[in-house]
Amino acid sequence: MSVIKSNAASVEFRGVSKVYPGSKVAAVDDVSITVEQGKLVTLLGPSGCGKTTTLRMIAGLEFVTSGKIVIGGMDVTTLPATERDVSMVFQSYALFPHMTVRENVEYGLKFSGFPKKEIGERAMAGLMLVGLQDYGARLPSQLSGGQQQRVAVARALVLEPQVLLFDEPLSNLDAKLRRQVREDIRDLQIKLGLTVVYVTHDQEEALAVSDRIIVMNNAVVAQEGTPRDLYDAPANAFVADFIGEANLLDCEVTSVENGEASVRLGPVSLAMSARGRAPGPARLAVRPDRIDLVNPSTKNTLPATLTKVTYVGKHLECLAETEVGTFFAICHDVDAQVKPGDMVGLDFRGRGPVLIGD
Amino acid sequence: MRQVQHQSAFHPTVILWMMVGLSGFVLLPWYMLDDGLFSFSWVSDGYPFDSDVAPALFLVLQGQKMWLAPLGGLLVLPLALWGRRKNDPVFGNVLIAVGLSGLVWFFAQGYGISLRGWNAAFLTDMFGKLPERQFGMGWGAGLVGSAFLFLLTLGIAARGAVGGDVFVVSSIGLIVGLVTLFILLPILKMLGSALITEDGGYSLSSFAGKFLSLRIWGLGCITGGSRCGVAWNSLFLAVIVGIVTTLLGLVFALIATRTNARFQKLLRALTVLPVITPPFVIGLAIILLFGLSGVFTQGWAWLFDIQPTRWVYGLPGLLIAQTLAFTPIAFLVLIGVVEGVSPSMEEAAQTLRANRWQTFWTVSLPLMRPGLANAFLLGFIESMADFGNPLVLGGNFDVLSTEIFFAIVGAQYDQAQAAVLAIVLLVFTLSAFYAQRFWLGKKSYTTVAGKGDAGVHPPLPRGFTLSIGSVAAFWLMLTVLVYVTILYASFVKLWGVDFSLTFGHYIQAFSVGWNEFGLHWNGSAWDSFFTTLWIALVSALPTAIIGLLTAYLLVRQRFAGKGAFEFGTMLSFAIPGTVIGVSYVIAFNVPPIEITGTAIILIVSFIFRNMPVGVRAGVASMSQLDKSLDESSLTLGANSFQTFIRIILPLLRPAILAALVYSFVRAMTAISAVIFLVSARYDLSTSYIIGRVENNEYGIAIAYATALVFVMLAVIGCMQMIVGRRNIGRRGQAGSANQIQVPGGG
Repeated sequence: MSVIKSNAASVEFRGVSKVYPGSKVAAVDDVSITVEQGKLVTLLGPSGCGKTTTLRMIAGLEFVTSGKIVIGGMDVTTLPATERDVSMVFQSYALFPHMTVRENVEYGLKFSGFPKKEIGERAMAGLMLVGLQDYGARLPSQLSGGQQQRVAVARALVLEPQVLLFDEPLSNLDAKLRRQVREDIRDLQIKLGLTVVYVTHDQEEALAVSDRIIVMNNAVVAQEGTPRDLYDAPANAFVADFIGEANLLDCEVTSVENGEASVRLGPVSLAMSARGRAPGPARLAVRPDRIDLVNPSTKNTLPATLTKVTYVGKHLECLAETEVGTFFAICHDVDAQVKPGDMVGLDFRGRGPVLIGD
Repeated sequence: MRQVQHQSAFHPTVILWMMVGLSGFVLLPWYMLDDGLFSFSWVSDGYPFDSDVAPALFLVLQGQKMWLAPLGGLLVLPLALWGRRKNDPVFGNVLIAVGLSGLVWFFAQGYGISLRGWNAAFLTDMFGKLPERQFGMGWGAGLVGSAFLFLLTLGIAARGAVGGDVFVVSSIGLIVGLVTLFILLPILKMLGSALITEDGGYSLSSFAGKFLSLRIWGLGCITGGSRCGVAWNSLFLAVIVGIVTTLLGLVFALIATRTNARFQKLLRALTVLPVITPPFVIGLAIILLFGLSGVFTQGWAWLFDIQPTRWVYGLPGLLIAQTLAFTPIAFLVLIGVVEGVSPSMEEAAQTLRANRWQTFWTVSLPLMRPGLANAFLLGFIESMADFGNPLVLGGNFDVLSTEIFFAIVGAQYDQAQAAVLAIVLLVFTLSAFYAQRFWLGKKSYTTVAGKGDAGVHPPLPRGFTLSIGSVAAFWLMLTVLVYVTILYASFVKLWGVDFSLTFGHYIQAFSVGWNEFGLHWNGSAWDSFFTTLWIALVSALPTAIIGLLTAYLLVRQRFAGKGAFEFGTMLSFAIPGTVIGVSYVIAFNVPPIEITGTAIILIVSFIFRNMPVGVRAGVASMSQLDKSLDESSLTLGANSFQTFIRIILPLLRPAILAALVYSFVRAMTAISAVIFLVSARYDLSTSYIIGRVENNEYGIAIAYATALVFVMLAVIGCMQMIVGRRNIGRRGQAGSANQIQVPGGG
C-alpha cells in the first residue's frame, strides 16, 4: 500500500515584480519573501493586494516581470506550471466534472510517469487520507461542497509536491463547515510536514491556521510574522486595522529608556515598548477588547462619555468620546449597567496599546 | 522541478517535424497531380523518376528544378542541435533561422517561378530566361511547408514566447498561416488584379477610372434620367433592411421575453429558419406570390381588371425577401440584449415613480442601444453580402454582389472590373464590421452581472403590447405563407399556368431506379446532392477543429498581437461570399496553389467561410468553462496539449457537435462563394438550383429546395435532440449550445 509522503521544500521570492500587460501599476511590487520548508504560511490582505498573483506566480500560472523565484533551492522563474513541482487547490476546487472522483485524483499521477498499478494505489491512499475512500466512483457533482474540497486536496497531495498552494479554500463553504475544514487542513499539513502557501482575505482564518502570516497591501508586503506578532504588535496602521480592530490615536512619546517608552495620551501616561521610536509625536493602536470601562475617578484612566452602547449577544460594543478622540471599546460584562451619557474611565491594561509606524 | 523521467539527446518535436518535412521532400510527389490530392495512381505512373510525380529529392538528383535543393538542405540543418536542451538559446535561434529562411525560400520559389518560368518581368531581366517551369504545389510541398512553419514556432516557443508553450505557439502559427494563405493572400491578390489593365499592365489611373465610374457611383436616379450606381443601390437597400430587421427583431424579442404570449415558443423556433433555408428560397417564394404570374399579382389584376406588372422585381421584392430572411438574425441578437437588461434597473425606475411607458422609454430602451446598433450592422452586412435573392428577383435593380458575379461569368469576363466591385463591397462591409467590433465593443451597457439578479421584468404598456403583437402576427403569417407556398409549389405542375398537382418535379429530381448494376440514381439532382453532401461533410470537421482551436487561443491564452489575431480570424465573417469567391478564382487558378475546378477549392472555401461559426460556438461555451479547470490540470503536470485534449474537448462536446452540424448545414445552403468555384465535375445543390431558376425551370428548383430544407430540418432536429440530452453532471451548463448565433448562409 502506498503512503503519501511529503517532499516539502522552501519557496523564495527575490525582488519579484509583476505588471500585467496593459496595466501601468504593478500587481506585485518588488516582493521578497521566504516560506520555510514544512511551514504553513498565509498570504493575507484585502482584495486586489496582490496575494493571489503571488500565489499564481509560485504555481507558474503567471510569470514574473522581474525578479527570481526559487523553489527547493532551484531557480524556477521561467518554468511553466506543468514543469513545476507545485500543486494547487483552487477556490472553486476545479474538479473535472466529466471524471469520477478517482479519475480526478489519478489525473496528475498519469503525467508523472508512475506505473499503472501504482497510480491506483496512490490515488486510493490519497482518498483515504481525506476520508473519501468509498467515494471514488462518484462524479464530483454528486458530492457536497466539503467533500469536493477534500477531493481537490487529495488530488493535489498524491503528487507529493514540494509546495502545496491553497487559494481561498474555505470561501465556498458555509460558515459552520469552515472551522472544521481549516482544522483538517492544518492537521494534514503538520502530519505530513508539508510546505503550504495559503491565500485568504479572512484575518481570523489566517490567525488560526498559520505558522506565519504575510500581510500584503497595495502590491507590497505590509508586515510578516507569527499570528501573535501581528495581532499584538502591528507594524503600521494598516496591519493594526486589518487584523482585528484597532483604535488609532495620536500621542506623545515623552521619553525613551532601555527601549521602554513613556507615552502621554491626554491626561494618561503609559509605559510600553518603544519599538525604535524617538521622543516626540507618535501613533498609538489600542485593541477595543483591551480597554476596560472603570469608575471615572480611578487613577491614570482616560475620562470618557459613552455615546452609544450596543448589545450583540456575547459582549457589549461601546463608543466613548474622549479629549483625544472617539474610542471603540468592547465590554465583556454583558450585564454591566452602562448606558449612553454615562461618564466612565478608560483603563488601558498593561499590554494593550502599542506604538505603530505610519 | 518535477523529476523528468527521460531526457533524450534530441528534442522529440524537432525529430517529428524533421521527419514530416523530409518525407515530404524525399517520398511524396512535390507537385499537384492531375487527379487531385486523393488519388494514388501516381504510385504506378513512373514514380519516383517521372518529373510529374517525382518527389523533390528525385527532381533535384536528376538535375531538374534545382531551386528546390536548398529546402532539403535546410530540413537537415536542425541535426546540428543534437544534444542541446530546449532552454539553450542556440536551440531556439537555430530553429527560428531554419524555419524562417525555409518558409521565405519556399514561398519565394513558389510565387517566383510559375507555369511560364519566372513569374515577373524583373526576375527574367535579373536572372535571364528560365527554361523550366513548375505547377501547383502538392503533397510533398505541403508537408515541407508545414515542417518549416512548425520548426519556426518551436523555435519561437523555445525562446520563451507564451511561457515557452510549444502547443500554443504552434497553434497560433497554424491559424495565422491558414488565415494568411486562404483569406488574406487571396484578398490581396484580388486587390492587385484590380490594378491590371486590359493589355496586362498595371495602372493606377485605370483602376481609378473603374473605381470612380458612374456605373458604380452614378446618381442618375435622383437627378432624373438614368439609373443609380450599384454602390448606392446596395447601400440604400442594406440601410433599409438593417433598420427594418432591427425594428422587427426588437418587436419579437420584446414579445418573447416581456409578454406572456402563447406563441413565444413558436417565435424561438423561427430563429432556426435562416439556418436551414438556402438564401434564395425566400426570393423564389416572393416570385411565386408577387411575381408576374404570382398568385397575388394575378388575383389583383383580375379583381381590378388591370394588366399584371413586374413590380416586385427590384427594390420592393428585395426588401421583402431580405427582411423575411434576416429578421430572425436580428431577433437572435436582440433577445439576448433584451434579456440582459437587469430587471432590478426597471424595478428601480418603477419605485422612482416612472410608469410602465416611461420606464421602457427612459431605462430599458437606452440600455438596449448598443444591442440595437449591433443588430442593425449585422442586418446591414447580411444584406450587402446577400447574393441569392438579388440574383433571382433583382430585376433591373443591380447590386454589388450580383454585378461581381456577372463581371466574372458574363460575356465580358472582366476580372479587373469584378475585383473593383469586390473592393467597393468589401469597404462597405468591413466598415460596418469595424464599427461593430471597435466602436460598439468598447461601450457595452450590458447589465448582466455574475450574480443572479432576482426580479421580474415589468410588463410593457398595454397599447404597445397590442401593436407589437399585431406586427408580429402579420410577420408570422407572411413567413408561414412563404414556406407553405414553397411546399405547395413543389407539387404544382406549372405555377401561374397549370395549378394541377403532380409529383413530377420530385420524380425528375430524385427518382431512383434499378438497372443491371443494381440501384441507379436516375434523378437529375442526385449528382449535385451527393457532391454537396460529401463536400459539406468533409469540410465540417476541419471547420470545427480550426474554430475550436482558435476559440481556445482567444479565450484562454494571452499573447502578443492577440487583438490582430482575433480581428483576422473574425474577418471572414465580414467578407461577403461573392468577394471570397472572386478572390479564390483569381488567386487559386495559377501556381503555387492551383486548385480551381477541384473539390479542394470548395472544401477550403467552406472551411474559411464557416470558421467564424466554429469560433463563436467555441468562444461561447469556453467562456462558461471555469478557467481554473485548465489551470488545475496544468498544475497537476499535464501540458497544454494534454489539457486541451483531456479537459477542454470532453467538456465542450455539445459545442463541438453544434459547430459540426452548423458548418455542415451552412455548407449545404451556401451559394455566394461557391457559385464561382463549382465546376462541371463538382456541382453543388445550390448552384444547380440557381441554374434551374435561370432556365425558368421553377418546378424542379423549388422541389429540390424544399427537399434541402427538410434535410436540414432533420439534421438540426437530430442535433438538438442529442445536445439536449447530454448531461455531464454540472449545474447550469445545459443549453449553452443552443445560444450560438448563426447568421444565415450567404
